[in-house]
Amino acid sequence: MSDHESTFRRAVSTLRRDPLAVIGVVVLVVLVVVGVLGPWLAPYGTNDVDVDNMLAHPSAAHPFGTDELGRDVFSRVIVAARVSLEVAVVSVGLALAVGVLIGLVAGYYRGWADNLLMRCMDVLFAFPVLLLAVAIVAVLGPGLLTAMVAIGVVYAPIFARVTRASVLSVREQVFVRAAVSIGTSDARIMRRHVLPNIAAPLIVQTSLSLAFAILSEAALSFLGLGVQPPAPSWGRMLYDGRGFVTDAWWLGVFPGAAIFVTVLAFNLVGDALRDVLDPRQLTLSEARRSTR
Amino acid sequence: MSDPVLSLEDLTVTFGTRRGPARAVAGVSWSVARGETLALVGESGSGKSMSVLAATGLAPRSAQVSGKVRLHGEDLLADTEAGRRRRRGRHIGFVFQDPMTSLNPVLPIGRQVGEASEEHLGLTRRQARDRAVELLDLVGIPSARERVDSFPHQFSGGMRQRVVIAMALACDPDLLVADEPTTALDVTTQAQIVELVARLQDRLGTAVVWITHDLGVVAGIADRVGVMYGGRIVEQARVDDLFADPSHPYTQALLAARPDPAHAGGELPAISGSPPSPLELPQGCAFWPRCPVRGDARCEHELPPLREVGGGHVVRTFYRSETIGRSA
Repeated sequence: MSDHESTFRRAVSTLRRDPLAVIGVVVLVVLVVVGVLGPWLAPYGTNDVDVDNMLAHPSAAHPFGTDELGRDVFSRVIVAARVSLEVAVVSVGLALAVGVLIGLVAGYYRGWADNLLMRCMDVLFAFPVLLLAVAIVAVLGPGLLTAMVAIGVVYAPIFARVTRASVLSVREQVFVRAAVSIGTSDARIMRRHVLPNIAAPLIVQTSLSLAFAILSEAALSFLGLGVQPPAPSWGRMLYDGRGFVTDAWWLGVFPGAAIFVTVLAFNLVGDALRDVLDPRQLTLSEARRSTR
Repeated sequence: MSDPVLSLEDLTVTFGTRRGPARAVAGVSWSVARGETLALVGESGSGKSMSVLAATGLAPRSAQVSGKVRLHGEDLLADTEAGRRRRRGRHIGFVFQDPMTSLNPVLPIGRQVGEASEEHLGLTRRQARDRAVELLDLVGIPSARERVDSFPHQFSGGMRQRVVIAMALACDPDLLVADEPTTALDVTTQAQIVELVARLQDRLGTAVVWITHDLGVVAGIADRVGVMYGGRIVEQARVDDLFADPSHPYTQALLAARPDPAHAGGELPAISGSPPSPLELPQGCAFWPRCPVRGDARCEHELPPLREVGGGHVVRTFYRSETIGRSA
């Protein structure tokens, strides 16, 4: 049995014990399917204007109602799933890669590398998130890709800090000394001994950041710096609907619910992943069974 | 005696602190040959661990290390950090005190045991796994093939220490450094580990440096003993000579402080005072402030030289001390 198989087995047993994790995974799978197949699943085109049906209540024909131009909110929410997921995953992936690398090097080597890297991170951290993102987009030009880069850069310092703090405690552990004592290279120690031991805080941070990234994308799109209208995005729709809250609640509620469900699913899956990746989380009976 | 595997010559380790230089190791010389076990005994802070760590490049970066350290005749201190790294694990294996923390909790034990052979011998992961099974079998882990993918938390303390020993032996090192490997274990497990190392040594011909403060363990495993105090060797002898004829007041006091079944229930003699701070080592003999003998006027101000008092038996005193102890 290889590592991967045993990790897989733990994943299965975690899911079996944790119904919330199952819900998270199912919702996430549905979201991904919707994200991929969105344009084909949507009953209407996202930009099909229907002037006879402006601000129509939710009905059989328009389950989520229509907006001020008579566009089908349901179709727009479905199609926007792709953009939101893409932005969240790509930007957080970028932040994770950059932040973890910086945090690892800073925390493991300490000294001047630590000072230099972390002071740079502090500078980035000092700016309000949105202001920094806006500044980056202003430099790079508006658009989806630059929005992703901007969000990634903005969230990288958090990952660098979380990583560094965790590395600082793990590097003092005896098993790291033991690895050093048998001549293991720094790169291998970081990859094999340090990184897996700091996975838990990183996963929690990732699931949180995915949620925040979706909100940041919404904010950038609202400011006209992210997804360009008329292409739909949940954040854009949410902000567009703010003027109609009292007359047409469905404009804000459905994109908002989509964001809520996505964020929740990310968090549930994040919690489950943390359990899977940490063998110490196994219950006693599970541990007993696997020793036989 | 054959050529030494590892030899230290006048090794000194100094740390720069805010209150001046702290000398953790103040000129230590010893050597260990193939198949031989050298025990280093002494109190915490006597420099026994630090001398070995510094010799192999494992001292903290702030340490200034000087002297000569030869591994198979090659000077380790003159080597680069990368060079020392390549020798560690390949030629020298380490076992640390606490088996509960010296294994990575989230990595299967087989991966950890095989790690050194992947790193130094260029084995693939699959080969390293087979090697790990072999090693786990060697150190007496039952059904090694089934347990190679288990995690450390699924093992008891004694079993974990066996895993750590397997890890240290992965590349058939010439030298095994055991830094108080039995301190964190209960007594029966201690005996098993001592026995295991002795058996492995017979089989593999490994040189062993056993760092401990447990004289019972020393009597059971060592060929030669170096007693350390205040960063220096104060007495070094073959194990039988040391126990039969301890010649340094410190060694005598240590031996006198052992519990003795014949005098059970009585209070154990203790050495009054505390070890010297490495920040202000006494000018003369480091043990002078606590010494019950003080057999020479020079002790306070002049460092006694290592004198030979018998075949390979050296003592750092000016005088020949009578045996002291509970009988005295």
